[in-house]
This record gives sequence, C-alpha cells and structure tokens, in this order.
Amino acid sequence: MKQFIAFANKEFYHIIRDNRTLLVILGMPVVQILLFGFAINMEVEDIRVAVYDPTPDAFTTGIAERIRQNPYFTYLGNVHSMNEMEESMRKGELELAVVFQQNFQENAVHPGDAAVQLLSNSSDPNRGSIAVTYATAIITGYQQEQLGIGRIPFQIRTENRMIYNPLMKSSYMFVPGIMGLVLMIICTIMTSVSIVREKERGTMEVLLASPLKQGPMVFAKTIPYMFISIINLIIILLLSYFVLEVPVNGSLLLLLLISVIYILLTLSYGLTVSTLVDKQINAVIVSAITAMLPVLMLSGMIFPVDSMPRVLQALSTVVPARWFIAAVRKVMIEGQGFIMVWKEVLVMTGMTFFLLGITIMNTKKRLE
Amino acid sequence: MNKVMEVSGLTKKFGNFTAVDHISFDVTEGEIFGFLGANGAGKTTAMQMLCGISMPTAGKGTVAGYDIIKQNELIKRNIGYMSQKFSLYEDLKVWENIRLFGGIYGLREKIIAEKTDALLKRLDFEQERNTLVKYLPLGWKQKLAFSVAIFHEPKIVFLDEPTGGVDPAMRRQFWEMIYEAADQGITVFVTTHYMDEAEYCNRVSIMVDGRIDALDSPAALRHQFKAGSMDEVFRQLAREAERGD
Repeated sequence: MKQFIAFANKEFYHIIRDNRTLLVILGMPVVQILLFGFAINMEVEDIRVAVYDPTPDAFTTGIAERIRQNPYFTYLGNVHSMNEMEESMRKGELELAVVFQQNFQENAVHPGDAAVQLLSNSSDPNRGSIAVTYATAIITGYQQEQLGIGRIPFQIRTENRMIYNPLMKSSYMFVPGIMGLVLMIICTIMTSVSIVREKERGTMEVLLASPLKQGPMVFAKTIPYMFISIINLIIILLLSYFVLEVPVNGSLLLLLLISVIYILLTLSYGLTVSTLVDKQINAVIVSAITAMLPVLMLSGMIFPVDSMPRVLQALSTVVPARWFIAAVRKVMIEGQGFIMVWKEVLVMTGMTFFLLGITIMNTKKRLE
Repeated sequence: MNKVMEVSGLTKKFGNFTAVDHISFDVTEGEIFGFLGANGAGKTTAMQMLCGISMPTAGKGTVAGYDIIKQNELIKRNIGYMSQKFSLYEDLKVWENIRLFGGIYGLREKIIAEKTDALLKRLDFEQERNTLVKYLPLGWKQKLAFSVAIFHEPKIVFLDEPTGGVDPAMRRQFWEMIYEAADQGITVFVTTHYMDEAEYCNRVSIMVDGRIDALDSPAALRHQFKAGSMDEVFRQLAREAERGD
C-alpha cells in the first residue's frame, strides 16, 4: 500500500509539472464544446414509424399506406393508444408517430380542415427533423393527389412535436459525443503514453528491478488520469448546462455512474495499448487510430449509427464510445432510467473486464 | 569469505542468437566486481538475469542468497539497480525522487525523512533539495542516482555503465562513493567502458561474444596477458571478438 501511494503520488507530480499538457487536457473539452455548435445534415433511412388512427377511414388509410410503402420508413404497425405510442418511443423502438385526429375524413370534407400530428424522437435532432420533413412531404403529396381527382378542396394541417429536444438543438447531440471523445483521449492516450514513456526512458528497468509489483504500478498510474477525467466530466456538464443550455433530464447519479464505467473502460484500453507497444509515438498512433477515429466516425457522435451501412453498424458495436454515447443520450437528453440503459452498462462493463484480462495476460513480470 | 553471488552455466538466447553463453562466476561479499566487455558482448543481458528482470534460458545461480529462477522477487528486495539510461525522474524534485524510491522499497516515512536529511548533508546537496532533477548537472544526477540505488541498504548494487558521459574529475568522485559503499559492506557489481575504472575493481571479468574469457584481479590479468594496462588486456581479448558493435 505504501508503495502504491508513493507511486501514485509521483504520477500526480508528472502531470502537474507538465503545464502544457495539463492545459491541453483541461482546455480540450472547453474548445470542443464551443466548436461543435453546428449541425451536419445527412440522409436518414429506416425511420421506425407507427400510426395512431382512432377512427380509420379512406383518407387515413391512404396516407398510412403511402408511409408504409415509402423506402425511407420502416413501418412498425398501428398503435392503439397514445400511451402505447409513448411507451414504444421511450423504449427507443419508435422514432416517428403519425397521430390522426378523430374523424379525420369528416373534418377534411366538411370544414375542409383536418389535423395530423407528427411526433418525432429528436434526441438525435438531424434524424428527428428529417423524419418529420419526409412525413410532411408524403401527407402533402396525398393531399395534392386528392385535389387532382377533383374532389372538394380541403386542407391537412400537420402539427409537429419534437420530443425530448423541443428546440431542435444539435448541441443535444454533440454533448454526449464530446464526453465520449474527450474521456477517450485522456484516458486511453495519456495512460498508454505515460506507461510507455517509462519503458522508453529506461526508468521501467529500474522499477522492474525493484520490489514494486507491476499490477499496483500500472493501477497507480491510472489514478491521476481518473481524477482528471472526472474534473473534465464536470467541466463538460457545467459548460453544456450553462453555455449550451443542455439540461440533464435524467438522474445525475446515473449519468455519473455510466461515465465512471466508461472512464474505467477507456483506462483499461490505454493499459492494453501500453502492453503492446514500446515507443511513445507508437502509443499515440495506436491509440489515435484505434480509439479516437472510431469515436469520431463510428460511435454515432457525428454520423447516426442507424444510417450507416450494415457492415459499419456491426463494426460500431465494438466501439466503446458507441455504447457510452447512446447511454448518455438516453439519460441526459431523454431522461430515461437505469432500466433503459442496462444493456449499454452491461456491454461497457464486459468490455472493461475483457481488456483488463488481455492486459494482465500481456504483462510480463520480466523483460524478455 | 561469504559468496553473495554464485552463477554457473548462465545462458540467454533470443531465437537463434545467444546473447549470454554459459557464464559462470562468483562474487564475494563486499567486493567491487568489474563486469567488462565491448558493446554487444552481453553485459546488460547478463546483469538483467542477475537482477531477476530477465529469465535465463539455461543455467542456475543465486544472488543475495536467493535463486535467480524461482526467487527473483526476493532478490529484488535485496539489491539496488542503476540503469544505463538515467534512472531518476527528471520532473521530480531531488527529495521527491528519494522519497519515491524509499517508498517503493517499503521504508517508513520517518526513516525516509531522516535518511534523506543525512544523505543530502553528506552529498552537500542541501540547497538542491527542492530543485527539479532535470536542472542538475549530469555528474550530480549520477551521484544522486547512485545514492538512491543504495538508499535502502541493499546487499548488492548493480551499476550498468554508471559513469557514461561524465568528465574524469566527476568519475573520480563517483568512484569514491563506490568505495564508501563497499566499505559499508555493500557488494558492488559494475559494468564500464573505461579501462582506467577497471583498475579500481577488486576483480574483473571480461566478456567477449557472450562468454567470460578472463576473470581475475586487474594485476593478475595484466600479468597473465603480459600487458602494461587493463586497456591492453582488453584490446587483446576484444580482437578475437566476432560480434561488432
């Protein structure tokens, strides 16, 4: 224990004395949060849609049929109550609900004014708004068609509601992504570099010739990075709350729990990298390629996982950040409880143990 | 005299390459044992096996009374090690380095504090207590690294080319520290490139191509090879070497 404290202490000194790196580590989330203020538009496919139609008639079945046939939508069927619809949306099964007014056709014919409500899950704002745009186009198209047939003129009003993200702010999407990215950079890259640095400088040899066991040594190295990560997490949450006005809708405790699991996961990954390389520059390259790029490309931070080709979707399942970002979105933006994120938590925990196992297997007591 | 180190047939192979080829020797308590050889002769690899950092391919031996194959963790408690590359942390202060290694060897905080004061006084380093190690001149760093390596009073201290790149006056001072340590009963096992330093050792071994080709006191070796200095002895042996740098 004494050895452990002495060693963890030393790691703190390394970080505190390295002003420039410290500035980068702590400044990075601030810069990124402020930079990612813009949205990126992309084509959206496979929008999971359901219809709620209290009084089916020719018009409503006509519109429903067109939505069903549209290649951009995956029709999940009709729901029989608003509660059922909400439940399904909360579970993440449903992305867009088309809710017809009672006696839709009657209204359309007589006062010439019928209403349909489009409810979209906008925790991913791009996807949400594009889904609504598509559905609106289909409904307008149907209306034009009916007018063309020469019936009496009428108007269909579509009312849109962006659930979970009423203001359609893209920051709702980026904040979880930035959390995933920043923690990955700090925990994975910094940890692997700090271990490999000892190999490169020759201090590792002295440590190996000392009674200090490798397990405690490696673990002691992760402690300061864990601290910094938690500080960063707090900075990100404060910035997103006060500057971007992104609220924490779910339980803050659950959000922190998920983050701590993710921090442990990325630290384990950093340790794994450090057992595989022996030059600092290689540690940076390996971490950047295997940790940072997937976070940017495959985690759903920028490009929605659902609109990726199947192969990439499958590949994204091994990217830790994908699970973290999904869980953070659910808890932070959608306000879901543990019951909705248990899968993500389980996957991340499993990955952590897997990586720690590899690390322990790779760690050699003696130089070879 | 007590043997603190006994090795026989120690061998290390990396694939087809035999870095250390069946070396056998013993070291007596309190002795200053010079472990010489050209670059690539296998000195560092041999030393790593003795320190329990590297697993021998064949052979056996004991260091500080413990088996080098089965009890390498116990060996580590009883030795000090100063590596070829500079082995202190540059971004730590002088006293922080001392405290770190004291802590790693399990010394108590109070004992560390007392010994640190005594050490800094002895080295005349008191005003540098709070200096970052990177701001010290190289000679001072090496003196400090040596002091840290013997801080926990090991039975044997291994020094891997401790005086590389240091000026002659500093090397002289460094060897005075080695003698002091030997007087306190610490056995010193040292590799070096400098043949004048070989003269300071009680006995030296000379490694060529992974084997020990000569082992005796410097005077006896000079006599055996009919040479005027250790430098000549070394050159006679090194001429036969097949491995280059």
